[in-house]
Amino acid sequence: MTETSQGSGGSAPRTPPEGREADGPDGRLVSLAKRVPVGKGPGGPRPPAGAGAAAVRGPGEIRHLGLAAALVLLAGVGLATQPENFATSGNVVAILVLAATIGVITVGQTFVIIGGGIDLSVGSVMALASVWATTVATQSYGPAVMALCAILVGTGTGVVSGLLISYGRLVPFIATLAMLVAARGLAQRMSDRKTQLIRPENDALVALSTTRVLGLPLVVYIFAAVAFAGWLLLNRTTFGRRTFAVGGNPEAARLAGIDVRRHTLALYALSGFCCGIAAIIIMARTTTGSSTHGDLYELDAIAAVIIGGTLLTGGRGTVVGSILGVLIFTLITNLFILNGLQTSDQLIAKGAIIVAAVLLQRRGLRSPT
Amino acid sequence: MREQSPRQQGPRPSRRNLLLGGAAIAAGGLAAACTSNTDDGDSGTKPQAGTLAGDNDKAGKQVTIGFSAPAADHGWIAAIAKNAEEQAKKYSDVTFKPVEPTNDINQQISAVESLIQAKVDVLVILPNDGEQLNQVGRKAMDAGVPVVNLDRVFPDHLSYRTWVGGDNYGMGVSAGHYIGKKLKDKGVADPVIVEIQGIATLPLTQDRSKGFADALKSYGFDVTAKQDAKFTVESGNQVASNLLQAHKKIDAIWNHDDDQGVGVLAAIKQSGRDEFFMVGGAGSANAMREIKAGGVLEATVTYSPTMAASAIKLGRLIAQGKGMADLVELQVPQSITLASETITKDNVDRYMPLGFES
Repeated sequence: MTETSQGSGGSAPRTPPEGREADGPDGRLVSLAKRVPVGKGPGGPRPPAGAGAAAVRGPGEIRHLGLAAALVLLAGVGLATQPENFATSGNVVAILVLAATIGVITVGQTFVIIGGGIDLSVGSVMALASVWATTVATQSYGPAVMALCAILVGTGTGVVSGLLISYGRLVPFIATLAMLVAARGLAQRMSDRKTQLIRPENDALVALSTTRVLGLPLVVYIFAAVAFAGWLLLNRTTFGRRTFAVGGNPEAARLAGIDVRRHTLALYALSGFCCGIAAIIIMARTTTGSSTHGDLYELDAIAAVIIGGTLLTGGRGTVVGSILGVLIFTLITNLFILNGLQTSDQLIAKGAIIVAAVLLQRRGLRSPT
Repeated sequence: MREQSPRQQGPRPSRRNLLLGGAAIAAGGLAAACTSNTDDGDSGTKPQAGTLAGDNDKAGKQVTIGFSAPAADHGWIAAIAKNAEEQAKKYSDVTFKPVEPTNDINQQISAVESLIQAKVDVLVILPNDGEQLNQVGRKAMDAGVPVVNLDRVFPDHLSYRTWVGGDNYGMGVSAGHYIGKKLKDKGVADPVIVEIQGIATLPLTQDRSKGFADALKSYGFDVTAKQDAKFTVESGNQVASNLLQAHKKIDAIWNHDDDQGVGVLAAIKQSGRDEFFMVGGAGSANAMREIKAGGVLEATVTYSPTMAASAIKLGRLIAQGKGMADLVELQVPQSITLASETITKDNVDRYMPLGFES
């Protein structure tokens, strides 16, 4: 696990406390250049990308600092405009709870995008999982089975998308677009387009959002646990390094002995799994399962991943950045409503932030470190 | 077999793969068992249509009623179709002829055309879009088939015989009066009144908000803050969570739609706040249960899908050449706007049978 940065390409490697982020001012090119030769090597089972990813890490931290600065700036706006309402514990909890659903989905999306794919189906898969878990039949088995059902349905749809992409050789955009439409349709059919309430006897599930430990609702802990597990998986395991390798250069990864197709399948299954967990959170938050849940979540999740510094073409990215991206978006919504502004202005602001973030990243790529 | 060409056969499934496969199949079976959504209990949608009593309801001339509505994209539209069918079934002299519900304008036009071809005696149409279905309504009228236009109005008066529908402005007025009167009686000066809208760009949302503001003005009150949601549970929850943080003390909330209200109520519950009261909109069965149970939701103002049952009744009368018994005129009126009624704990039991599962 303790690889040192071999092949010090391009940038002066810093040693961030966080370990190896696959970012760099020239991260993608450098890592590609490094990966190919490694891939041509003896092709041992050890994935080659970890080294490349580890070599160029410093600027990832800078980007995180930039995102954190943006958060601080937004918080400053909040403090200036709504001094009594913004910095209350109630408001902070509200922001974290609202970020939980989309945050969990974004963790899965980060893996898929780093792995060179995209998952457009996340919102409707979450809706399907929430509906499936709240049918009359599922509810009769109690809250534990409902939660299990949501996770199974999420993972299952992820596996289907993954199979279509990896073994069916469909383009990820198309396969998950098909899943987006189909999962929403199935959710509508199953629920008869009605809102399915969680029955009083299954209130243990709703308690996830009402029970507080140390002042925070349990759903926030679920969010934190998923984010931490995602960070571990991406940065501290072979699975994570393979993800960078597959996304950076699938051919090199294949030559290096990675089963690219199986890994791709696993990435979509992971994204589906996250959607299942998000479904549990949304059920707890709204006390319902509904085919209208998760509307346009795919765009929110992708936007958060992108402003978090993950490359849309794959091979580079961080979980921490994505989480900061989610928090920024949630904070914006909160600020707008606190100040009584309408949704339309909020959408304009979000669009501007996406553009600004990507422009800044391009700048960061060019400037030497 | 395997010994002959082990390479081509691929690797033999390992024990791990077998276990994984088995687990996947078992999980699939478990999940499939969970799709059933029929309830043995009594929470299914009950027939909501009106009763048969007066002279007009006695069997008369045999008539065929054609019916076309959008495909159900939420509980309200589903209730429209169900109410129309239930009402038609109650008459022995009515043949009910519904066409496949659709959200496609072209399909609805050709569906209505097929009903004209079939020479039905009267048409009941809830158009996907009044403007775009106007032509086919006109065509039916020209062919001598009277049209009962349900809720979404055709712009051209020649395109329908009778219009029956709800009153969005009136919903706002009813909610405004309930909140205004209650706060006035309590003697609250300068109250914090919060409004959670549906989709803000829709004319119906703007009508509701205008009615609400106008009614509140008659008590000398204003809407403190309004924010739009999307008629969905999730958006209601999100907007309400944030609004509750924006206003540390609230006196009253009007939420435009009972379905998104489920999310609003969940947010209120999570925040642990109860210093205010809330009024809903539409009149879903769930909202009525909440009102009956007592709590933050004290009232809801109706926009009831029972209007479909009324439209069937009116269509039948038109086809049989009868008028409405309580009016002096010998024919059915040209336009009927339903009142938006206020349901509170006092009268909720009477309205419960009309509530729809959203």
